[in-house]
Parts: sequence; C-alpha cells; structure tokens
Amino acid sequence: MIHFVVHDEGDSVGVVVVEGVKASQELTGWIMDQDREIKVRAQSDIPIGHKLAIRALAASETVIKYGVDIGRAVAPIKVGEHAHVHNIKTKRW
Amino acid sequence: MSVDLKNATFLGYKRENGRVGVRNHVVVLPVDDLSNASCEAVGNNVKGALAIPHPYGRLQFGADLELHFRTLIGTGANPNVAAVVVIGIEDGWAKRVADGIAKTGKPVSFFGIEGHGDLETIRCASHKAKEYVQWASELRREERPLKELWVSTKCGESDTTSGIGANPCVGNAFDKLYPHGTTLVFGETTELTGGEQLVAQRCRTPAVRDKFMFMFNRYQEVVNRHKTDDLSESQPTKGNIAGGLTTIEEKALGNIQKIGRKCMVDGVLDKAEAPDGPGLWFMDSSSAAAEMVTLCAASGYAVHFFPTGQGNVIGNPILPVIKICANPRTVRLMPEHIDVDVSGITRREINMDQAGDKLLEMMFRTANGRLTAAEALGHREFVLTRLYESA
Repeated sequence: MIHFVVHDEGDSVGVVVVEGVKASQELTGWIMDQDREIKVRAQSDIPIGHKLAIRALAASETVIKYGVDIGRAVAPIKVGEHAHVHNIKTKRW
Repeated sequence: MSVDLKNATFLGYKRENGRVGVRNHVVVLPVDDLSNASCEAVGNNVKGALAIPHPYGRLQFGADLELHFRTLIGTGANPNVAAVVVIGIEDGWAKRVADGIAKTGKPVSFFGIEGHGDLETIRCASHKAKEYVQWASELRREERPLKELWVSTKCGESDTTSGIGANPCVGNAFDKLYPHGTTLVFGETTELTGGEQLVAQRCRTPAVRDKFMFMFNRYQEVVNRHKTDDLSESQPTKGNIAGGLTTIEEKALGNIQKIGRKCMVDGVLDKAEAPDGPGLWFMDSSSAAAEMVTLCAASGYAVHFFPTGQGNVIGNPILPVIKICANPRTVRLMPEHIDVDVSGITRREINMDQAGDKLLEMMFRTANGRLTAAEALGHREFVLTRLYESA
C-alpha cells in the first residue's frame, strides 16, 4: 500500500495520499519518475495531501519538489516530519 | 488508446461562421448591471432563454472598457451560443455589443431600456427571445472532426493531488489532442510563478517567449504594486493550504502539469482574445476560477477541463466545465461535483495514460451532449475581469 507519493528522487518532500497517517507509523512511498518505493517513519500526524520531509532540511535550505525549487525551509525539518506553511515559505513575493 | 483520435468525431452545432459548438444556448446578455433585472425577467418568461447577469458595465474606460466589450461580445459569439438578445440601459453600447456578435452571422437583437422602461423592454425582448429559442430548437447536431473542438483548461482549489494526478491527467489528454490540430488554451498568469521558466522553455519561437514573459512580468508588477504580505491565503488560497500546498512555487509546478510534456506553446493571447489558429495558446488571465473560465468562454472555447483537489464547484453559463479529481477524500465527500475520478492514480490502480483516456472519453461524451456535473447542478458563474476602478 502506498502512503505517500514523491514526484522525483531528488525531491526533499513527499505527499501523503491516504487519510489517517499517525506519528511513528512506518510509511511506504512511491517515487513516480523513477517508479520505485521508499520507506519513511512519520514523525507527526499528517493529513492527506500534506507533505512530509524525505530528507532532513536545515533552516533556510531550499526545498525541492518536482525536481524544482518550491521555497525555503524556515526551521529545521526532520525526515518524516510534517512540512508545510509552519516550516516552509515562498521565495517570491 | 481506447479512442482513435485520428478519425475521431463529435456531434456539434456548426454555426454560421464555421465554428462548431457543443451547446445550443439562447443567451439574454446584459451590457451593464442596470439591465440584469430585465434580462432575468426575459429568462423567466421564455423557457430555454438563458440570462447571464453580471455586476459591471458602467463608467468603465480605456483598456478596462475594451476588455468588458471583448468579453461580452466573445461570450455572445461563442459557438455554444445559437442566438443572443442584448439589453443595455441605453442603445449605444447595446448596439456596439450586438454588432460585435453579429459578425459571426448568428441572430442577435439589442434593446435599450431608457425611453421605454423595464416592462416594455421585457415585452419586446421576450418576443424576440421566444422566436430565437424556437428557431434554435430545430437546429441539429452533426458529426464534426475532432480538430474543430476547442478545449480550454484551468484548475481550481488545487491541492497536492492536483499536481500528482488531476493536472497531469489533463496534460496527458492535451499531449494526445495537440497533434490532431485542436485549439487548446491555458492561462492563470500569477499561478505560473516559480515555474515560468518551464513555460518559457516550451514556447515555440523567441517571439512567443518574449510575449509570454511580457505578460508574466506585467502581472508580477500588479502583485508587487498591491501586495501587503506574501499573498498567503490568496495565492495559494486558504483551500490550497488546507489541501497541503505550501508556496506559490509548489502550486505553480502542479499547475503547469496541465500542459503535458510534449505540446508546445504556439501563441499568446490577451484576456478574452480569440486565437487565430490551432495549437496550444497561453492566455494572460486571473487565476480565479470563474474569471478565467469566463475568459476562456469569451475566447471561443467549447469544452473546459477543470482539475480540482479540494473540490471547487465552479461552472459557466455557456461552457461545459468537466471536473477531474485525484483526491480520494474529495471524491468520497463531494462526488456529485466530479465528472472524472482519477484518484486511482495515487493508489497505482491506473496509470496516467489510462487517466488521460478516461478524460478524453468524458470530453467526447460531454461534447456530444452529456451534461457536466456543474451544468446539472446549475452552476453558471459569469464573472467579468476588471483591470481597475470605474471613472
């Protein structure tokens, strides 16, 4: 069963695609572009559609999704942690 | 591929100017806010006459006024419309709109309220609308080649599943339609922010790229002039954020999936401007759903692909809006709004090629007459884009 989807293997984040993901749950991810699976342990409860980090990010580090820059981390983000507006901001506007 | 696109046809209404529509509306079109009441009264009097009220049209000037006329005339000229009754507070601008629509050769009449009052205007306009409705009711669909179908796209209340499933599904369908000489369009200028370089790379010629970047930079200036923060909760919207989208860049990269991987951007349109040839067009536009879809209708598009993540419920009075969704929660909670469920993508039950085919199948069914969810539910959002304040 796929719990989260990653667009490209170079991405920093994946997207949870099932409801009810809980902290400490072992998750299976599908990397779409390379068509392979990875495992990550959730560090927080993560709603469907929300992201989790699949690699550790330092504060001010660039966040990659679709293989492209989608903004910057504004706090350190651990692998498996919920990654959203509380720890990632736009570089535009 | 389940559908042979090379020889594919649909059942459409061939109009006087050669364009082909997939609906047969008789529209009662107000030039201005003051004429809405008369238009709605005509719509109530005559079954099958469709009034499309809106709040603007007074004391606009310059480019904003030009856009107002272009949008109203384009809406009336759209091949999904058989005939039009135009009502304005006075004759001059009503005639200007009617004359613009008349260039298509379709039946159109105009009425001015001043000097007659609402009731006399409603009486005269209702007689004309009844005549048009009965005339249109005898028009018949005929088999037309796929290339005569114009298809627009714009997504709404996107979330991360839009970028994973629903938007690339549209992209897959666009990649399949493009080689067959169809006329396609996408837009949402600010919603390319962070991915504008990817669109620029897909432009057919340096001239197209320059025009695209001009439109993109022009809209960035509007944002920078008026912003009071980083636009969080506006772009991305509160709904986008609830759905897991974090930044405009992330939203834009999902958005861009709608233009597929192969088709090239052949030209750039200003708002509500009609394309003059086949291919994929970029139209400078707002990213607000009803504004953008209204502009697509005014540009002459006949069917619309609308991917949604969180469940935007939008429709349009004359343009059938097909909803595509890859979010299993949205499909479960609000299924009455979804025409094409591609949530199987995230479960790896279907691949993108199959999802694209599923959308194309629904495109043909919709073109042939099937009502979309938005049509069945009565969604008729007609929202005119304004460029600045009235005089």
